[in-house]
Amino acid sequence: MRDHAAFSYALSFVHHAGRRTHPAGAIGAMADLLRRVAERADTTAFRELYQTYGPRVKAYMMRLGADAGTAEDLAHETLINVWRSAAHYTADKGGAATWIFAIARNLRIDRLRREVPWQELPQELRDGVCGDLRPDEALVEKERQARVRAALSSLPPEQREVVTLSYLEGRSHGEIAKRLGVPLGTVKSRMRIAYQKIRAGLEDLR
Amino acid sequence: MSITHHLDDATLMSFAAGALPAALSAVAASHAAMCARCRREVATLERVGGALLAALAPAMLDRAEPSAPAAPVLPARQEHHEAGQSVELPKPLARLLYGDLDAVRWRRLGLGVWHHRLPVEGSGGLWLLKVAPGGVLPQHGHSGAELTLVLRGSFHDATGRYRIGDVADLDETIEHQPVADPGPDCICLVASEAPARFRGLIARLMQPMHGL
Repeated sequence: MRDHAAFSYALSFVHHAGRRTHPAGAIGAMADLLRRVAERADTTAFRELYQTYGPRVKAYMMRLGADAGTAEDLAHETLINVWRSAAHYTADKGGAATWIFAIARNLRIDRLRREVPWQELPQELRDGVCGDLRPDEALVEKERQARVRAALSSLPPEQREVVTLSYLEGRSHGEIAKRLGVPLGTVKSRMRIAYQKIRAGLEDLR
Repeated sequence: MSITHHLDDATLMSFAAGALPAALSAVAASHAAMCARCRREVATLERVGGALLAALAPAMLDRAEPSAPAAPVLPARQEHHEAGQSVELPKPLARLLYGDLDAVRWRRLGLGVWHHRLPVEGSGGLWLLKVAPGGVLPQHGHSGAELTLVLRGSFHDATGRYRIGDVADLDETIEHQPVADPGPDCICLVASEAPARFRGLIARLMQPMHGL
């Protein structure tokens, strides 16, 4: 299960909880939903994805400065993109959450920052493994995600803070330095150390 | 392609998070397109984004049901990422240029140094730089982030030799003076977070006292 306490400080700006949303712990099953959408255009599975991730993408967009209406529209558009591109999904590129994060991130850069997103979406990243996954790849991926979560929740507050400001507020190194009143080099070294810990946790699964 | 100089971990994280300024993102994306190692790192860092997204407290939707979407678009299987693209131009950069590197309309900056400015949003700047063998690249360092990706030829400085696909992502505190190696003109994609400073460097380059 996810350690909500670890993130609680990061969540202070987001609205709480809709009764229609699924508990975050059910998210492990989301990759299966995505597969059902991909393989059979399963609308029931899509509705479940929508109801689980729609509210989280909306919270993400609001955290990044969108008003509630815009955030809702962007959440809707993100999930429609998930539906349209679900057939590209492969389990080795991260779970459903990773896939949806990448789509939401690019949509945010495009709409909220009005810039061209340079980051490629997972469906564009082809390293020749697509469709030929090892049978246990889905399980390995699940384990990777569990380790990423564990590493994140074990970060000390000053490292978690720079990670959160990057991912959830879209702040550059310089903006974070200014916000926290610390030198640029400190921001970068905190991020490096945070990433080294996350990477170390994945070493045998890469 | 054997790449030995990669993006800094803090740059990779900011890029995957969607927090890197646009000009720097253009260079990061171009390097990643040439570098399997950095693509893997970005994929790992996107898992961090997935975990943070999944852990967000949900904001209730007004529309509880998705509008009925059309049938999903089935993928036309794409070619392997690095296949089919121009040998020299990584795909992200190709979309900014109409032709190949030989079709670029260069503007002369000084003896043996040319540049070509590329359009990019945000406050930073994005350039192609061409430096003849023995020529000095505008110096990095001091303030604001700067990324330099080698597209043709090579250069060297105190931190090592940079060949095609290598990216110089150096700490601001490092002073170095990159010099283009013998061989073809060295062409680099350069992004700076602080365009004013870069213009200052260009001005300095144009002064004859800047010995080449």
